[in-house]
Amino acid sequence: MTRKSRRLILIAACGAVLALALGLILSAMSGSIVFFRSPTEVTAQGVAPGTRFRLGGLVKEGSLQRGPDQNIDFAVTDTNATVQVQYRGLLPDLFREGQGIVAEGRLEPGGIFRADTVLAKHDESYMPREVADALKAQGRWQEGGSKGASAGKAAEGVKTADGEPTLGRRSER
Amino acid sequence: MLIEVGHFALALALALSLVQAVMPVWAARSGDAALRAVATPAALGTFACILFSFGALTYAHATSDFSVQNVIENSHTAKPFLYKLSGVWGNHEGSMLLWVLILALFGALVAVSRNSVPPVLRANTLAVQGLITFVFVLFIITTSNPFMRVSPAPVEGNDLNPLLQDFGLAIHPPLLYVGYVGFSITFAFAIAALIDGRIDAVWARAVRPWTLIAWSFLTLGIAMGSYWAYYELGWGGWWFWDPVENASLMPWLAGTALLHSTVVMEKRDALKVWTVLLAILTFSLSLLGTFIVRSGVLTSVHSFATDPTRGVFILAILILFIGGSLSLFAWRAPMLRQGGLFAPISREGALVMNNLFLAAACATVFVGTLYPLLLESLTSEKISVGPPFFNYTFIPLAIPLLLIVPFGQTLAWKRGDVHAASQRLFAAMGVALAVGLAVLAWTWGGPMMAPIGIGLGAYLVVGSAMEIVSRARGYGNSRARTVSGVMRRALGLPRSAWGTALAHAGVGIVVLGIAAQGWATEALSTVKPGESLASGPYVATLDRVGPRTGENYEETTAFLTIRNTAGDFIGTVETGKRFYPSRKMNVTESGLLTVGVSQVYASLGEMVPGGAIGLRLYYKPLVLLIWLGSVVMALGGAVSLTDRRMRVGAPARAKEKAKTMPGTMAPAE
Repeated sequence: MTRKSRRLILIAACGAVLALALGLILSAMSGSIVFFRSPTEVTAQGVAPGTRFRLGGLVKEGSLQRGPDQNIDFAVTDTNATVQVQYRGLLPDLFREGQGIVAEGRLEPGGIFRADTVLAKHDESYMPREVADALKAQGRWQEGGSKGASAGKAAEGVKTADGEPTLGRRSER
Repeated sequence: MLIEVGHFALALALALSLVQAVMPVWAARSGDAALRAVATPAALGTFACILFSFGALTYAHATSDFSVQNVIENSHTAKPFLYKLSGVWGNHEGSMLLWVLILALFGALVAVSRNSVPPVLRANTLAVQGLITFVFVLFIITTSNPFMRVSPAPVEGNDLNPLLQDFGLAIHPPLLYVGYVGFSITFAFAIAALIDGRIDAVWARAVRPWTLIAWSFLTLGIAMGSYWAYYELGWGGWWFWDPVENASLMPWLAGTALLHSTVVMEKRDALKVWTVLLAILTFSLSLLGTFIVRSGVLTSVHSFATDPTRGVFILAILILFIGGSLSLFAWRAPMLRQGGLFAPISREGALVMNNLFLAAACATVFVGTLYPLLLESLTSEKISVGPPFFNYTFIPLAIPLLLIVPFGQTLAWKRGDVHAASQRLFAAMGVALAVGLAVLAWTWGGPMMAPIGIGLGAYLVVGSAMEIVSRARGYGNSRARTVSGVMRRALGLPRSAWGTALAHAGVGIVVLGIAAQGWATEALSTVKPGESLASGPYVATLDRVGPRTGENYEETTAFLTIRNTAGDFIGTVETGKRFYPSRKMNVTESGLLTVGVSQVYASLGEMVPGGAIGLRLYYKPLVLLIWLGSVVMALGGAVSLTDRRMRVGAPARAKEKAKTMPGTMAPAE
């Protein structure tokens, strides 16, 4: 085998593996990306039923209802708009009314969000970043301030819980 | 007082690391050997200072000295002593101090190692290591100082996040950091080689032990983190494709590629430029991981509210090292003498394929982890790239890689023979097929991928074992006739052969464990005392729910009895919800019952009025193989490290070269 053909084989192998990786990335990108939406965006712009997305906001005070067989209903709000959520499973330890959460799932035709995953903060001082940004966009977040009930509480006392591998409290159906 | 001395020692380390960084480079200009030799004591001094500094912080934590801000924020008098110690690195400042401690430790080890490295290469390596240490110590002193005092001192601290009050914190970060930071040495060697303008098999031999150490620890660190997340998070997953996990996986993939490419370089004097690039990329990915974890730029359940100045500082470090090293690479790499090309069908050819697939897999993880960040900064659209993306892209690249693993071991250097290799792997393929088909028949109607995965795992394990057996048996006339002869020869094989076989068998064991998760079952229900919940072949009965008091928490515990479906007693499991009054935080403690290498996993949900509890019960078949296999992989790395090649022989050759070097010592400028 000549030097040239060896080099060609090497280049072809590189090209083939790279093309495979690129193809996989592109096709996965089109199918498995999940967008983040705030309740305001969901109610104002609407999301096609059946599209998987992440809904983030505060758990509305007084909205939590536990049904039989671990069925849980609650509402997620960004204080401007509210979306009703249904979930079956164990909730994260830090799930509480008034706290920031991110739920992942699909919107059902009736406008109810059926979540299969609920993520909550893993530390008293942690707020899911998307939620914090969404609340900032709604003018409900004041950096380091104490206004805005729980949003303010989460913003103060910046603590890092580092050097750790745990993933926050996550709950998945 | 000790705190101030510790603080001062850190400042001293800053100065010493600067000396360590500058002197060897200066010496290279002037050709002053005495000046160059300063790097060794400077590296030892830096390490001693940082060790003292770390000791001072540990003492403050151990004695609950609440005049120190860091202790107030992360400790509490009621916290168990072990967590007081591990709490030193259970926070940003302390974990960065651990980071530089390990960085300086590696610098000191290179300085004193008798594994003979040409003096110029050693001095330049120490200089690069010194520069990294300098920048990170500067980062700690300016943005993350753990030695801040508070006056007046409060009587009680805020306590450590209860999620971190676990044995996992005591061992996971140190293991992971030794891995992460260990790759700084290979990076330093690569930069030193680029500065020097020469790279050869001696370089590869000098780098290989460090790569092996870093890789083995990183493997253990990732596995330990995975197991911790598995039992601590309460929902039974062992890998979440979370950005922070990906941050540790990327250097592992690149480091694995580096481990294999240095072999090619050492044996065949080829793949030089690629190996140098991989060494740079591996540590760059480690730095990127540090950036991801420390700055909170990525959406992760892991990400914390952080001080933006820290993120900017780390980003600057990232740009300095990654940008600087890649620029240096672009400038100097063409000057490195190219190694030869080789036949595609050969051991080195297989190792190139290994590198290609690992690099491609690493690239997909990279894209999936960083694309959301890029998109958000460009369009402010927030997306999340979750497990479906990674499963879809990573697994198709991992499978061909795993298929060629036994071939790579079997093929000869220079010119291999696929036909002969296949014949030698005949047993492995046969066993894999038989196992896969048997499992498929036995679990007919279940998931299809699981039996395929089991077959693949069996192929890797048997293939690795066969490699040892066939090498020990020998060929032709020298073929060993008796079992004891084969055994004797097997023991006489080089340790690196055993290390390779062990590590590859470990990969196979991990694959078996992962594949078996296809049959994992999950049940969720509300149960009252006396009621049962079944999952897979096991049934859990709730005996009672009661309170329990720990050292610094109150717990509501559910006591469960596990029986198999026939009603035989298997064991008991306790799962609880702990309340930590110091942080007013609830944490679920899952309960595990290990049966062989499978586990029954119980997790307590909400208390329901009327005495019932929400209960989640998983059956996780063969799940422990995932972590045991990782331990076997790391063990393989350790066995390779004891190979003769790493100790004797190599120094003699290196010394000869060193003697002839003075003429070539000046950089080729």
